[in-house]
Amino acid sequence: MIVARRWLMPSLLALTALLAFGSVLVGKVTLTWDMWASHDPTTRIVFMELRVPRALLGIVIGFALGMSGAAMQAYLRNPLADPGTLGVSAMAAFGAVLSIFFGVAGLHPWALPLCGVAGGVLAMAALFLLAGRAASVLTLVLSGVILSSLAVAGISVMLSLSPSPWAATEIIRWMLGALTDRSLDDLTLATPMIAIGATLIFLCREDLNALTLGEVGAQSLGINIKRTQWMLCLGMGLLVGASVAVTGIIGFVGLVMPHLLRPLLGAKPSALLLPSAIGGAALVLAGDILVRVLPGGSELQLGVVMSLIGAPFFFALLYSLRRRVL
Amino acid sequence: MNTIKVSQLSFSRGPRPILTDIDLTLQPGRLTAILGPNGAGKSTLLANMAGLLKPNRGHIELGGLELRALSSRERAQRIAYLPQFPEIAWPIDVETLVGLGRIPFAGVATEREDCRAVLHAMEMTATSSWARRIVTELSGGERARVLLARVFAGTSQWILADEPFTGLDPAHQFEAVESLRRFAAEGGGVVLTVHDLSLAARTADRVVVLNDGRIVADGTPEEALDPAVLRSVYGVETEWLVAGVRRTPVIAIHGRHFG
Repeated sequence: MIVARRWLMPSLLALTALLAFGSVLVGKVTLTWDMWASHDPTTRIVFMELRVPRALLGIVIGFALGMSGAAMQAYLRNPLADPGTLGVSAMAAFGAVLSIFFGVAGLHPWALPLCGVAGGVLAMAALFLLAGRAASVLTLVLSGVILSSLAVAGISVMLSLSPSPWAATEIIRWMLGALTDRSLDDLTLATPMIAIGATLIFLCREDLNALTLGEVGAQSLGINIKRTQWMLCLGMGLLVGASVAVTGIIGFVGLVMPHLLRPLLGAKPSALLLPSAIGGAALVLAGDILVRVLPGGSELQLGVVMSLIGAPFFFALLYSLRRRVL
Repeated sequence: MNTIKVSQLSFSRGPRPILTDIDLTLQPGRLTAILGPNGAGKSTLLANMAGLLKPNRGHIELGGLELRALSSRERAQRIAYLPQFPEIAWPIDVETLVGLGRIPFAGVATEREDCRAVLHAMEMTATSSWARRIVTELSGGERARVLLARVFAGTSQWILADEPFTGLDPAHQFEAVESLRRFAAEGGGVVLTVHDLSLAARTADRVVVLNDGRIVADGTPEEALDPAVLRSVYGVETEWLVAGVRRTPVIAIHGRHFG
C-alpha cells in the first residue's frame, strides 16, 4: 500500500500524458510521423485547432469531473455521490439550455457557461437542503432523482418550445456530452472557471477530512460547516457548470475514480481529491479515444459511452453496498 | 486560568426547555462527572460547554473570555469534544483517524508536533499497535479507545466526553479512566457524562447531578451521590459500600423506590 501511494500519482500523470498523446493522434485520420514531417498545412490545422484543444479539453473536463466526484463523496460521506448521479450535471445543462432558449447565450461568450454554473450551484444548494444533515443514502439518491427529473423535464419543455431546429440540435448537444469539434475558445472559457472551482474545493480539504467524524465531529474540530457548504456549493457549481457548458453531460467519471483509488490510497478524503482529478482526466481521455477508434459511420457520443460503462459500475456498487444502505 | 464558567445558562429545543438556569464553574486539573437520568440534559450541557450549541440565555466563559466570541478554531484548540454517538464515515486507518484530532492545529503546529501528539495519544490509550488497522473493521470497544485517542491528540486544555466508556470491557474501561485522570493530574480539565454510579464514585473529583435540566446536586461524589439524592432523581434505593483493602467505593442499587 505504501509503495502504491508513492507511485500512484506519477503513474497517473504518466498515463494521462500518454493518453493525451494518443488522443492527439487518433481520429478520422490517424496522424503519423510522415504526415507531420511533410509540413502539410491541413495537417497542422487539424493538429493545432482540433486535436490539441480536444485533448486539452479532455484533461480539463476529466480533472473537474474527477475532483467534483471525490469532493461530493467526501462532503456527503457517501460513496454513491457524484454530480451525474445526483442531478447536478443535469441541472447545469438545464441552466445552459435556458440561456440558449432565452437568447442570453448570444449576448456574451461567458453567459452560457455562467448559466450552467448557476444551475450547478442551485442544484448543490437544493441537494444540501433536501438531503439535510446526515442524509441517508436513500434520501440522497432520491434527491438526485428529483433534481434529474426536474432538469430533464425542463430541458424537454425547452426542446418542444424551441423556435428553430438549430436551437433544438444545440439543446440535444447538452444531453449527450462529447468532446467532438470543440475549439480553443471552449478551452479558454472553461479552464479559468474550473481552476477557481478546484481551488475552492482544495481549500476545503481539511474540512472534508474533519467531516469523516460527522458534522458534529467536524464542528468540534473547529470547522465552520456553513462556510464549508458555501465554498463547496460554489466550487462544485463552477467545476460541473463549466464542464457541462462546454461538453455537455458526461456522467460517472466522478463516481468511478474515487472508488478505483480508495483501495490504493486509503479513504482519507483529502488524499483522494487530486488523484481523482488526474484519474478523471485519464478516464475521459481514454473514453474519448475509444469513441474515435470504435468502428462505425459516425462516432458515439462520449457521454453515452461513459454511461454505458458507468451505469453497470454504479449498479455493482449499489449491489455491494445494499446491506449497508437499505 | 482556563476555568469554564457557565452562568444562568438556559437552552431549549423549540418550546421544550432542556436546560434551565445552569450555574457551574469548572476548574482544570480535575475530573468532573455529570450524571442524571435519560433526557436530563447531560449531553446538551456538554455540547453547550463545547461551544457547539447556541444557548438561548446565559453565558459560557473559557478563561474569562466569552466562549462564543472565540473563533471556532481557537475554541477547538482548547476544547476537545467527544460526542456520544461518534460517526466514522470512511474506512481510514487508526493513525489517520487519531490524526484528525490535530485539525485545529493545522498551520499552527509543526508536523513533528502533530506526529508526537498522535503517537502520545495512541500510547495513552494502548492503541499504538493498531496504527495501520482500518477503523471501521474494529470492534465497538476498540473503536471507542481509538476515538478517545483522537480526543487526546487534539489537546487542548479541556476534554469533554459524552459517555466515552460505552462498550469498553472492564479492563479497558479502567485504563481509559486512568488515562483521563492522568490528563487531569497534568493540569488538563476533564468533564464526562456517565451513567455508572460506582464508576463516578470511584473516579470523579466532583460530581454534578442533573435532573429535568437543572442541577440538583453538585459536590464530591459522597455529597452528590448521596442515597437521598439518588432516590429523588432516579427513584432507586442505593447504598454506599467500600470494598477491599483499597477501599474502592461501590454504590449498590437495592431496588426501585416506591413512595
